[in-house]
Amino acid sequence: MENTKSVNTKKIGDFLLNYSLYILLGLMILIVISINPKFLSISNFMKILTQASTRGILALGAAGMIVLAGTDLSAGRILGCCAALTASLVQSVTYASRMYPGITSDLPVFVPLLASIVIAVAFCMLNGFGVSKLHLHAFIVSLGTQLIAFGCTCIYIDSQKGGAQALSSFNQTFLNVVNGGFQFGSFTLPYLIVYFLISAMFMWVVWNKTPLGKNMFAIGGNTEAAAVSGVNITKNIMGIYIMAGVLYGIAAFLEAGRIQSVNTGTGLNYDLDAISGCVIGGVSFSGGVGTVPGIVIGVVILQTINFSLSFLSVNPYLQYIIKGLIIILAVSIDVRKYLSKK
Amino acid sequence: MGSSYEVAIPAADSSAAGTGGAVVLEMIDIDKQFPGVKALDHVRLVLKKGSVHSLMGENGAGKSTLMKCLFGVYREDAGEICIEGRPVRFDNPRQALDNGVAMVHQELNQVLRRSVMENVWLGRFPQKAGLISHKKMYEETKKIFDELGIQVDPNTVIGKLSVSQRQMVEIAKTVSYNARILVLDEPTSSLTNEEVGHLFRIINKLRDRGVGIIYISHKMEEILRISDEVTIMRDGQWVATRNADGLTNDEIIKLMVGRDLKHQFPENTNMPGEVLLEVKNLTGKYAPTCTDVSFSLRRGEILGVAGLVGSRRTEMMETIFGVAHRDSGEIFLAGKKVENKGSEKAIKNGFALLTEERRATGIFPLQGVMFNTVLANLRAYIKRGLLSDKKMRSDTARMIENMSVKTPSQKTHIRYLSGGNQQKVIIGRWLLTEPEVLLLDEPTRGIDVGAKFEIYQLIIQLAGRGKGIIMVSSEMPELIGICDRILVMSNGRVAGILDLRENRYENVQEEIMRLAAKYV
Repeated sequence: MENTKSVNTKKIGDFLLNYSLYILLGLMILIVISINPKFLSISNFMKILTQASTRGILALGAAGMIVLAGTDLSAGRILGCCAALTASLVQSVTYASRMYPGITSDLPVFVPLLASIVIAVAFCMLNGFGVSKLHLHAFIVSLGTQLIAFGCTCIYIDSQKGGAQALSSFNQTFLNVVNGGFQFGSFTLPYLIVYFLISAMFMWVVWNKTPLGKNMFAIGGNTEAAAVSGVNITKNIMGIYIMAGVLYGIAAFLEAGRIQSVNTGTGLNYDLDAISGCVIGGVSFSGGVGTVPGIVIGVVILQTINFSLSFLSVNPYLQYIIKGLIIILAVSIDVRKYLSKK
Repeated sequence: MGSSYEVAIPAADSSAAGTGGAVVLEMIDIDKQFPGVKALDHVRLVLKKGSVHSLMGENGAGKSTLMKCLFGVYREDAGEICIEGRPVRFDNPRQALDNGVAMVHQELNQVLRRSVMENVWLGRFPQKAGLISHKKMYEETKKIFDELGIQVDPNTVIGKLSVSQRQMVEIAKTVSYNARILVLDEPTSSLTNEEVGHLFRIINKLRDRGVGIIYISHKMEEILRISDEVTIMRDGQWVATRNADGLTNDEIIKLMVGRDLKHQFPENTNMPGEVLLEVKNLTGKYAPTCTDVSFSLRRGEILGVAGLVGSRRTEMMETIFGVAHRDSGEIFLAGKKVENKGSEKAIKNGFALLTEERRATGIFPLQGVMFNTVLANLRAYIKRGLLSDKKMRSDTARMIENMSVKTPSQKTHIRYLSGGNQQKVIIGRWLLTEPEVLLLDEPTRGIDVGAKFEIYQLIIQLAGRGKGIIMVSSEMPELIGICDRILVMSNGRVAGILDLRENRYENVQEEIMRLAAKYV
């Protein structure tokens, strides 16, 4: 009897461990509801997911770097830079102090999107080059890139005729593409959530169904073994960074439309949110471990914390402390999975 | 232990000498169950004071699990552990150490950039008025080193020492903890013969002082030389405990595998065909490397590569495969010149390299068996731009079947498999790339007797299918047992090539030894 009992408790323990993320998320929601039942509404959940969308796409990009046993501190500033670029290209043609008075009719939306992606990819390739060719740690390279991207953003925004002012007043087509939604009766499914889900599905395919994804796990898990097994380390690292660039570019494009005004501060600390989302979602900083659903859940958990703390009108300074504690708690539970068991 | 850092080396106890001494450790009827496996089943081990007790068994027989139960890394499901008659249960290795039970691991855990003495006293530095007293630390360390006959300056940075010296420091550390029970796990796996001699002198000194020593090793000659008693385990069960006197190699093997190994090596009856690989004047670019290496390899031939540690055999293999830079020389495959620039190219050209360090450069520990199997061959599984899980699964299933890999599933992380099964998976990974030339660097290192035999069979089979095989090994018997020819390297050069087809056994070992020392 005692034996079966201990087997059962062990099974329950394993279950709790394996689904700790989901349990944590459920628990958080329950706690918030018990404090304020009004929290439980479709519109609140849609708000959370919408807010999570751009950072989620950013996190999906940064996650690759973490799986490669690196990190990316520059994601937020790259997003800022590309958001500024996007913003300058989608300003309404009726807005007198727009950045490019020469643009007299709305550009097709794919132009700013493409521009944003190209610049983001360029920054990421700089990071990738530093990691794969110069053999620098991703922390160091991206620290440098972060400053470069920030400098570029400031110069760009400052180059407006009227001096450094926030880029705003976007054309309606662009705003519709970003902030619109599918209507189902009275329920609206925001496009942003759809974009996030499509990006996640796309990354799931890349991670699980392509050699690039498998090679990424191999390099992150054991670089030496990957090198001997015919994995082209440089090429694959570059591939992952370029992939991240594409996602950063998309995230920047969407973020510009979501916040509707871009200044030099846009993107500040987004990288840290992206990294927190990844690690909460079970991406290991020692490399070689991580899943796309985990990242999605991680980002959503983080956003749920943000949202519900403001929803409950918690003191904003206290919010930081609570957020910090929850991140540490979530990751320390997740790490248990990989510790050797007694 | 607190601040008590006084060294008290156990005094020599004449009553404990020999095998008639008092019992210091008893592990009785230890059971340990893992999901799906009974890892330990009523295992017993009785260690006497002042004796060396060898623990033998194939990998997976349960030796490490038993030791982990002793040190509190695992908790046994049933059974009793008594030290000097008192039942004990440690929560972790640190607690065991504080109670005089110490282990020197095969892979040494040391802070390489710090000094020898700091490593010895780590965590309990001798203090004076709240500050660390380096003088005292030096003296205490020196005292132990002198008593054990270790000639190492306690101030040296430990990373500069040889593996053998670092191991001795580790043993000295256990003495500083006043250990009464010392476990040595594969202590000689990377030592030269001379170093083994030195290690044995230290072990003998500890034995004379009444320390009970558990000695884990695969090397039978050594075990018979150093042990008082031998306990043999098989499949998680205790098989026998014998006096080492009068025990023979064959008897041990028989007890370990549970069957008579009529021949330690399968017979190689392959008839090598035409020349497959020609290596001409190969010299690596960055020292230490191989110099002016030339040889040829036929289809169906197994070419052994022998040499001392540091004879650059691995470097030669890596230069052929192209993961180490080549300075000059040419490689011809079936008459055509090939340029192996990096592993990707080498694989395409039909080469495969099984690396020497399985854990460091072979396996992806946090990935499943399937991932580890298909990684070098991903190109073959792309279907309409995406990887086909179905094909990867069926190839993995075939590999598991053909190589008789023991694994609960394809998804099981490879780190949970035994060394032999890991090695089979990696060989399987290479076979999927359909290589012509297999470069095998120490293919049986750290693998138990039974799995070794299977690997030999596999190598011979592969040669039989017309592959060319180059096999580096530090175990002369296995080279002599299965190779067609043996290339002996000395200081990066080819010292000679012996043909074994005419003469397999007579004076071959002596000849290899002579050649290995040629350019040293």
